[in-house]
Amino acid sequence: MSQHTITLTVNGQEQTHQVDARLLLVHFIRENLNLTGTHIGCDSTSCGACTVHINGRAVKSCTVFAVQANGKSVETIESLAAGGDLHPLQEGFWEKHGLQCGYCTPGMIMSAKHLLEKNPNPTEEEIRWAISGNLCRCTGYNKIVEAIQYAAEKLRETEAVA
Amino acid sequence: MTYHKEGAAYQLEDRFEHHSAQPEGVSAQVATQDEVRVTTPPDVCGMGHRMKRKEDPRFIQGKGRYVDDVKLPGMLYMDIVRSPYAHAKILSIDASAALAMDGVVAVVTGKDLEQHGLHWMPTLMSDTQMVLPTDKVVYYAQEVAVVIATERYIAADAIEQVFVDYEPLPAVVDPFEAMEDNVIVRDDKEVKTNRIWHWEAGDKAATDQAFDEAAHVIKQYMHIPRIHVSSIETCGMVSDYNKAMGKFTIYMTSQAPHAHRTVFALVSGIPEHKIQIISPDIGGGFGGKVPVYPGYVCCIVASLLLGRPVKWIEDRSENLQADSFARDYHITAEMAADSDGKIVGLRVNTLADNGCADAAANPSKFPAGMYSICTGSYDLKAAHVNVDAVYTTKPPGGVAYRCSFRVTEAVHMIERMTDIMAHDLGVDPAEYRMNNFIKADQFPYKSPTGWEYDSGNYHNALRKAMDMIGYEELRQEQAEKRARGEFMGIGISSFTEVVGAGPSRDYDILGVKMFDSAEIRIHPTGKAIARFGTKSQGQGHETTYAQIVAEELGLPANDIEVEEGDTDTAPYGLGTYASRSTPTAGAAAAMAARKIKAKAKKIAAYLLEVGEDDLEWNVNQWQVKGSPEQAKTIQDIAFAAYTNNPPGMEPGLEATDYYDPPNLTFPFGSYICVVDIDSGTGEVKVRRFVAVDDCGNIINPLIVEGQVHGGLTMGLAPALYEEIVYDENGQCLTGTLADYLLPTAVESPKWETGHTITPSPHHPIGAKGVGESPTVGAPPAIANAVVDALWHLGVRHIDIPITPQKVWQALREHGVTD
Ligand code: FES
Ligand code: FES
Repeated sequence: MSQHTITLTVNGQEQTHQVDARLLLVHFIRENLNLTGTHIGCDSTSCGACTVHINGRAVKSCTVFAVQANGKSVETIESLAAGGDLHPLQEGFWEKHGLQCGYCTPGMIMSAKHLLEKNPNPTEEEIRWAISGNLCRCTGYNKIVEAIQYAAEKLRETEAVA
Repeated sequence: MTYHKEGAAYQLEDRFEHHSAQPEGVSAQVATQDEVRVTTPPDVCGMGHRMKRKEDPRFIQGKGRYVDDVKLPGMLYMDIVRSPYAHAKILSIDASAALAMDGVVAVVTGKDLEQHGLHWMPTLMSDTQMVLPTDKVVYYAQEVAVVIATERYIAADAIEQVFVDYEPLPAVVDPFEAMEDNVIVRDDKEVKTNRIWHWEAGDKAATDQAFDEAAHVIKQYMHIPRIHVSSIETCGMVSDYNKAMGKFTIYMTSQAPHAHRTVFALVSGIPEHKIQIISPDIGGGFGGKVPVYPGYVCCIVASLLLGRPVKWIEDRSENLQADSFARDYHITAEMAADSDGKIVGLRVNTLADNGCADAAANPSKFPAGMYSICTGSYDLKAAHVNVDAVYTTKPPGGVAYRCSFRVTEAVHMIERMTDIMAHDLGVDPAEYRMNNFIKADQFPYKSPTGWEYDSGNYHNALRKAMDMIGYEELRQEQAEKRARGEFMGIGISSFTEVVGAGPSRDYDILGVKMFDSAEIRIHPTGKAIARFGTKSQGQGHETTYAQIVAEELGLPANDIEVEEGDTDTAPYGLGTYASRSTPTAGAAAAMAARKIKAKAKKIAAYLLEVGEDDLEWNVNQWQVKGSPEQAKTIQDIAFAAYTNNPPGMEPGLEATDYYDPPNLTFPFGSYICVVDIDSGTGEVKVRRFVAVDDCGNIINPLIVEGQVHGGLTMGLAPALYEEIVYDENGQCLTGTLADYLLPTAVESPKWETGHTITPSPHHPIGAKGVGESPTVGAPPAIANAVVDALWHLGVRHIDIPITPQKVWQALREHGVTD
């Protein structure tokens, strides 16, 4: 198996690794970097539990090779409360009971984050479509939608103050 | 109930006794309220508070710890070779190429396991199931051999290098065909038949008579198809055998870690204290993490043989194709009504497709689970129900799918039948239900199949749902739309659940009684740890159990750590499924707290120098009657229990309770669904859905709402989207999430929920359990709405999942061509 050297930024830290050509990004994140907040729920790019950001775009990391992230910036769920304060999305999920087993949650939050970065004031319909690549078996989605609405409002307020 | 069994080689009879009537005095009529009861201030956060979940901080920050997150030094990875045939002889297995690969440590086959007597294992229903086959496979994707390697990717490569020579045999896919015994699935059994058991409940003679005297009789066949829980986390294990200590530490996706430990000990002969099962955070269970799968056993054996930790994590396609399924009941139901339209009789014949083994997780005396709850919310004179179970060449089953044992099948049948009868008689389905409901003053109600419903108020719940949705206006709108040729339907489901298994006289799994447990320890500074025999998979036990203890003792819920899932530390219990945690372990929490409160009273009396009779309880303290300023808080008392305990009294402040419920609980509700149907495509759109649930007293309204929402989406799923499908060769056609359609946020409607509160009279805190009511209640509401939209065309019934194709076909068959 051919080995490659990749240099990438993960959650703000630049790093260099030797990886197999076929290593999936999700396994690289979970196994090589020990960032286990990114989950795996399927083998057909259907569930979104593995969602991370690559250069600011939400991507299913089970369907990307680690080598494809070479030279790019990857953000995982672990980057969100790095400074100690919860991100408004994390607050929203907690406040509105947007999670039950928590397995889909990191992926949901990363998808929602991408949405709010593009569209700070989404309609309910837009929120539902934005997370339609993320499956949740526990919550029935209503409270996830509310959590994202909570975060959107909070982010708009902070934006207005700043 | 009577039971007899036809031919299977294992003995079931003695387990199939009638479930006895419950003891006198545990049921009483109870009043229904609308408001959630709150008795503690927000800083205590006892029952009724919308407390944010205590477990959430770790999950929202990606710090949950699931099985696949466990990484141990020297850990190996296991992958599984699976059968490409549903039914085939194994002629030979050649693992030499795999073993020659760099990084492959071992290959284990059925022949290897046979040397240790581990190639077969018991199911939780006392049937048997192969761990790895020695002679033949009986389902597509069956486990055939396992490969253990130093890396996950190497193990995945190596399974392709294990060459198995098969001789295909004819598959048995159709259970009706299986009944004919032309091809025998389980030729390992002494008696060569595919019939597993026959089970009956109710009174046949009385039912026949009711039908003879009836004015109206209807009959309908329906299939409740095979579905899969598909929790977003699949199953997995890390088994770590410590040779020096002779002890296993096993991390496992287990809804019932204690029961699994006992099963492993009994099957393997490893002493039970040398097995520690840790069920870490679980990414959804819904019944799929109750059975013991072959992968688990192989993983344990591999770690024993190799003396190193071994990890096994299923892929989604393995999970969907080989793990236990739910449902698969073929039902022929008949309902009789008298000349006033009153339902008088119900006759139900059922064929259960159990796949290649009876691997359900029902209580052992209930091979068809609680299916005999099928008279539902209606006051019937007579009912008779029977089930025949057969083997087919499909994966074993059937577990629940977020429902108490087989209640969903029962509820779907009775709610569909009631709706068909109402439509046939030309009576509005809401009015028809009102006319036939068990009345509030009939509780405790004895059902014709032997259940004693603890409490209920069905008229009230349906009225509330009708008010919430604006039922009369919707019927008006429907009439106008119909006149314009548009298809809109309104469907109702007024279900009765039965949960909380269960009283030890009737309920056991493999002989272990279905009590559950709580152990509470108060530390000197007034903080506490509480441990339970159950295991949350997202239900929020860390919060709700803390709230129950807070309610009883006045300790802030935030000061109480809740722990579950480690068999070395938690008290023994049967685990979490079938909505049993609140009825059993939740009750144990209250009872253990009451034991502590009783001891606290003695300590308070000593500290205050008064008699115990002079004291009264107030939120969080024992105080002197008439002079509340003389008081000792639970925190004062906790400190004294370790520093200044009364002479002669045992120090410390802790208690354990094993709660054996006197009866089951019977949550209920009324759901109303509005659908619009696109006559061009056959697409069904759920426009509105109102769910009124009554689960007795509510511990945390926020969590109850979440449970109901989640359950509703898991009810929508089989109603419109999900079905595990096989071709005639027994190949699974829905083996990935691209073919097996879980609803997304787009399909899932905006649920509208409400509640009524009719406490359980026999439960210490009056609670009933709620996690599964909506999964049980939602499918018939949706199916009834679709049929309601099409009834005037002559459509009487459509089987779930109601796909656009089925609706389109029904429309075309009945002359709608646009
Ligand atoms: S793991 Fe399911 S989409 Fe990536
Ligand atoms: S919270 Fe369990 S899958 Fe979403």
